[in-house]
Amino acid sequence: MGVYQNLFRKLNRAALIPFFVIGDPDTETSFQLVKTAIDAGADVLELGIPFSDPVADGPTIQKADIRAMKAGMTPQKALVFVKRITDYRPIPIGLLVYYNLIYQYGVERFFADFKESGGTSVLIADLSIDDADEIAPAAEAAGLETVFMVTPNTTDDRIQKIAEYTTGFIYTVSVLGTTGQRSGLSDLVKPLIGRLKSLTKKTICVGFGISTAQHAKDIAQAGADGVIIGSRIIKFIEDNSDDTDRMQKELAAFIKSVRVAIQP
Amino acid sequence: MKQKGRYGQFGGFYVPEVLIPVLEEIEAGFEKYHDDPQFVAELEILSRTYAGRPTPLYHAKRFSKQVGFQVFVKREDLLHGGAHKVNNVLGQGLLAKYMGKKKIIAETGAGQHGLATAMAGALFGMEIKIFMGSVDVARQNVNVHKMKLCGAEVIPVSGGTSTLKDAINDALRYWTAHIDDTFYLFGTAGGPHPFPMIVRHFQTPIGIEAREQCLDQLGRLPDKVVACVGGGSNAIGIFSAFIDDSGVELIGVEGGGKGVNTDEHCATLVKGSVGILHGAQTYILQDENGQIHETECISAGLDYPGVGPEHAYLKDSGRAVYTAVTDEQVLDVFELFTRSEGIIPALESSHALAWLASQKGKLSKDTTVVVNLSGRGDKDVSIVEQHRPML
Repeated sequence: MGVYQNLFRKLNRAALIPFFVIGDPDTETSFQLVKTAIDAGADVLELGIPFSDPVADGPTIQKADIRAMKAGMTPQKALVFVKRITDYRPIPIGLLVYYNLIYQYGVERFFADFKESGGTSVLIADLSIDDADEIAPAAEAAGLETVFMVTPNTTDDRIQKIAEYTTGFIYTVSVLGTTGQRSGLSDLVKPLIGRLKSLTKKTICVGFGISTAQHAKDIAQAGADGVIIGSRIIKFIEDNSDDTDRMQKELAAFIKSVRVAIQP
Repeated sequence: MKQKGRYGQFGGFYVPEVLIPVLEEIEAGFEKYHDDPQFVAELEILSRTYAGRPTPLYHAKRFSKQVGFQVFVKREDLLHGGAHKVNNVLGQGLLAKYMGKKKIIAETGAGQHGLATAMAGALFGMEIKIFMGSVDVARQNVNVHKMKLCGAEVIPVSGGTSTLKDAINDALRYWTAHIDDTFYLFGTAGGPHPFPMIVRHFQTPIGIEAREQCLDQLGRLPDKVVACVGGGSNAIGIFSAFIDDSGVELIGVEGGGKGVNTDEHCATLVKGSVGILHGAQTYILQDENGQIHETECISAGLDYPGVGPEHAYLKDSGRAVYTAVTDEQVLDVFELFTRSEGIIPALESSHALAWLASQKGKLSKDTTVVVNLSGRGDKDVSIVEQHRPML
């Protein structure tokens, strides 16, 4: 059984999965923030390597990418970062990257090095199931799990094909659009979770636009195995750039509040 | 779509999942309509009566005398809007209309594609949003004003380098949130499949006409065909008809900026390496980690760190040769060509002319070279004035 499936089965509730851009706003603060999130109750981490042209991301994560790149984060350093985290606590880590970064690193070598650092899965934001054969064999060889996205406009046929290739979880995008905070939960997400449940037994984690504890609770109640929160978390970094203590306190309080909300 | 949209190893459609259904929809629409007799007839009438096709092939005798060989100019600068971009927007605009789309978005660098799209929006009665880097908005403000006059909304993009690359990023982001009713009218023969195929198709009249005109006017094919390359739509348009003519040399000229051995250029095929950007595997300008480089070039229309995937293939297969010229060479030839012929070339097209000037003394007098004058230079007069003030 895979790492995620094993964890989700044991949890008896939806997993809480915060997203961070590695190295945002700088390597050390980023490390402290991720530790804070783990201590506050994160079950899984979704981590991004900053990229110059993140087309799937809205303004909040774009700005985080720029901060992290300016502070010197690179794919090599990101792998060191992942190792430091898993040394701190053996927590499943899903990586979210743009294809060019690992293409330049070398797909096979990257996957092997990420596995070596303690990573669990890799999701490539701009590589669809149609090109899965460019990465799936390398992921399997490295012992990594695969994660692919499903969006509200993905057809049933395609969902079944995506499920076949998925060994980790299906990253379910709640909106038509980029990452970013939303005031309300997309009305597309519950029907999508229902559709996924009717088509596959694979585990489902939902992300994009999940911005409040209530959103997370609603997603958990709709049957998701995990709730991914990105832009809302990164906003704590953006809003507290002058005070890392406050940054950590607000982040910890938010993570705890979400944990309470998703408790059945 | 898996096997389609590949040019050797290049091309493909590396995009977030959310865009796959809409790319499939556009591909299906193109397959359905591009050779539909009614569509073809309607596009032909618009090309002739609205855009001004066919464009002439002009023997630039005084410029030929300057460079020492025979230069024939494909006058895309005479088209409505002042550039070859109108070919593509009429084709894709009509496709959007046939597909029932009422809203169009587009990216633009120099503003030529944005202006052409704005014109098509007025023509077809569609709502238009143009994404344009804020740096480009500033350096091409006349085109911005023209777009607005046509009724388009111009959205300045300030992320990243605030040029064409970032305009494409934001247009893609906007598209992912509005795929239900919005058609992305891509401006160059790059990006994810099916765009390189579609843009190439609608730009092929340039090459088809030029080839026939050569046979008519010269009685034979030219020795060389030269075009500037940013994303590469005007170049693929004129190259496409000559690809099977192995005796015709194809030369693409990129923006060498301050020099290809500096950091300030946009010579993607000359200096770049293979990677993935904006949905396509192609040559890109990037650092050792795969972060996309900032580019620098006097011509906004070439200022892009990627290139259409078919050009990547033509380079690797050796069928076309790609080279670069500097901003200074471009300014020199801009003045020389204008003074020799009374035709003001776009700074983009001046890159192709600058390569011709660099061949002075290297080619025999009876060598015939067709150059694609992809656009007129009225929009660039103030930029040239800044670099070369007329006292």
